[in-house]
Amino acid sequence: MGKENSSLILSTSPHIKSRESVRNIMISVIITLLPAVVFSIYQFGIHVLIMYLVSIATCLVSEWVAVRLRKRPFSLYDGSAIITGMLLVMVLPPKFPIYGVILGAVVSIVIGKQIFGGLGYNIFNPALIGRAFLAATYPVFISSWATPRLVFDGITAATPLAGMKFDGIMTPYSAMFFGRIGGSIGETSAVLLIIGAIYLIIKKYIKWRIPLSIFVTVAVLGEIFHLINPSKYPDPLFHLLAGGLMIGALYMATDMVTSPITNRGCIFFGVGIGCLVVVIRLLGGLPEGVMYAILFMNAFVPLINRGTKPRIFGTGEAHEH
Amino acid sequence: MNLFTFKGGVHPPYRKEHAKDSQIEIAAVPDQLVVPLVQHIGAPCAPAVEAGGTVKEGQVIGQSDAFVSAPIHAPVSGKVKRIERALHPLGQKVLSVFIEPDGADEKEYLKPLGDTIDQLSSDDMKKRVMEAGIVGLGGATFPSHVKFSPPKDKPIEVLIINGCECEPYLTADYRLMLEKPGDIILGAQMIGKILGAKEIVVAVEDNKPDAFKKFKESDAGKGIRYVLTHTKYPQGGEKMLIKAVLKREVPSGGLPMDVGVVVSNVGTALAVCEAVRDGKPLIDRVLTITGNGIKKPGNYIAKIGTPVSSIIEQSGGTVGTIGKLIVGGPMMGIAQSSYDVPVIKGTSGILLLQDEKYMKEGHLPCIKCSFCVQVCPTQLLPSRLSILAEAEKWELMEQFGVDDCIECGSCSYVCPSKRPIVQLIKTAKLKVRDIKARENK
Ligand code: SF4
Ligand code: SF4
Repeated sequence: MGKENSSLILSTSPHIKSRESVRNIMISVIITLLPAVVFSIYQFGIHVLIMYLVSIATCLVSEWVAVRLRKRPFSLYDGSAIITGMLLVMVLPPKFPIYGVILGAVVSIVIGKQIFGGLGYNIFNPALIGRAFLAATYPVFISSWATPRLVFDGITAATPLAGMKFDGIMTPYSAMFFGRIGGSIGETSAVLLIIGAIYLIIKKYIKWRIPLSIFVTVAVLGEIFHLINPSKYPDPLFHLLAGGLMIGALYMATDMVTSPITNRGCIFFGVGIGCLVVVIRLLGGLPEGVMYAILFMNAFVPLINRGTKPRIFGTGEAHEH
Repeated sequence: MNLFTFKGGVHPPYRKEHAKDSQIEIAAVPDQLVVPLVQHIGAPCAPAVEAGGTVKEGQVIGQSDAFVSAPIHAPVSGKVKRIERALHPLGQKVLSVFIEPDGADEKEYLKPLGDTIDQLSSDDMKKRVMEAGIVGLGGATFPSHVKFSPPKDKPIEVLIINGCECEPYLTADYRLMLEKPGDIILGAQMIGKILGAKEIVVAVEDNKPDAFKKFKESDAGKGIRYVLTHTKYPQGGEKMLIKAVLKREVPSGGLPMDVGVVVSNVGTALAVCEAVRDGKPLIDRVLTITGNGIKKPGNYIAKIGTPVSSIIEQSGGTVGTIGKLIVGGPMMGIAQSSYDVPVIKGTSGILLLQDEKYMKEGHLPCIKCSFCVQVCPTQLLPSRLSILAEAEKWELMEQFGVDDCIECGSCSYVCPSKRPIVQLIKTAKLKVRDIKARENK
């Protein structure tokens, strides 16, 4: 009586698990990024393809080495390093030197992620850490833009934001929406990014409150500035379509690991990013502020999480009636 | 959109089709029954019989003087072989009475009180519930007479009869509702009278419309309200059910009676009916045997003390390599180390799952996807709790409401990193309790 059967597994409930896995999530993100990646290669040519390949390979190798040194299992197969490699290239200008890409990729993985303890522990978006590092190291390269293959007539190689800020030129929206503009590799076609993101939102792989609150904040603030001085400040739609806002709001701010876990927290986070973006663009010295806005807000995520703890069932006012 | 629902929760595949259409059969009486003397929350029973003696079906074999306890009765007539410690489905070894049935079917039941509720006094019925050893049969196994004795300052307005059976795979309550709706209604009215409740509500998940219909047909103007709740796990959790049906929130750390409610499972209502009307103590129960690891899934009425292995045998034996033997449902049940554990009062199901890779897989760090936060029915931050538990920050976990966790498992179910959140939370609860006990010294 009572003999134990060693083949029975004794783990704690629940005994069934959903099909979701980190790997599936990462693969979905990769797939939804692909259309924008392919379009950018078409737009800017073979050099960009090489940049992607080098960046992804460097990220994977850095991750493998770092994980090996830290004697941790898993991680390499989850696919997150591939995403970092893709996103890094998407926020770089098309003529960026290959050795710079390698450097950026190493920094993204090692400083942006592994130093914190690897996937799940990093505070800042790894690709943005790499981008920020490159912006500081190669200021000249980072602001040299190329002319895409499909281009809107009369627009020079400068990005719409630089055109707005330094020359007072406004780029037509349709060009920005469909990607017939200059800019970073991946930020040139809003429509492809939006399609991919919608799929991720439906799968719940993107916390939708983040992009939504970024867009609303940027639109509202943009409108306010525009009303104050329409000749100096562009209207809200320009803000939404220009620069890295789409890729930033949809794919970088929504990086699971570096965004809040509470619903209200996501809204705070998004509003914060939105405010910073408009302020940096219009009042700061830089044409592009999305990257810094996200990195800045990343730092506040632990605080935001703590401040937006949901009301626990059966506590507070709601149960007293 | 069904309005009777709550916030959070998950939709696991229900897998009820395995056993849903099998009528309740009587489980064979095994050669030996092992009846543990702890089958409820509260004081354990002391043996009331001696090894070597004989017992009649329904005779008391274990009892306690404590109020929060429930007597235990002999499930069959036979001989007491020995009284010693044996493996219990909760994992420890506890004192148990080993009975060898003699097949004589000699009964020693309580005196039937009849079913004319108008003529039955509330106190008599409550006493009967106690004498019959009835406990919550939904799995909680809290002694029912205690639950039915709220303090004077907490009058009970509503009795909710829980027919949700939200655990996947399990169909025992469903079969009961189809096969014995009249008895359940009668039991519900008895409990309602014991409590002095103004209203009785029977709640069924909307994936069981036929059970709902059966109830309505059998009711015949008894003034009971029937509601179809949204099918979502853990809809059958007391707090979630009260929220769904009455929009009331049981306060943190409190009990349903704090909001004027008592929730009883349909199986408990049936046991009350049988104890009052027929004088039958709680010596058997209906359970589901199911999963992809059993040849013929089904529903059985089994004597308490029947080894799980005996019911497996009657169901045609196992199929494939069994990875897990679970007593209870897949979301909250307990994995067993042996096929010899007995059926106890709280055993709602026996689940056999074939070995699959995921059962042995390791977990990854939290990727802050927030899936767990979205599904937690008590609005905790399971991600945060699991990380704090790994860092052994027990006190901080208390601030994050670890004690409010109902251990429903929704968070672990959805976690893409496959983190053992419930396990970490269970450990933390014990640690928090230890720390508090030390402080109070
Ligand atoms: S934290 Fe507790 S109550 Fe919340 S989902 Fe997890 S097990 Fe359920
Ligand atoms: S579901 Fe798992 S990985 Fe996602 S936030 Fe919760 S604990 Fe972390």
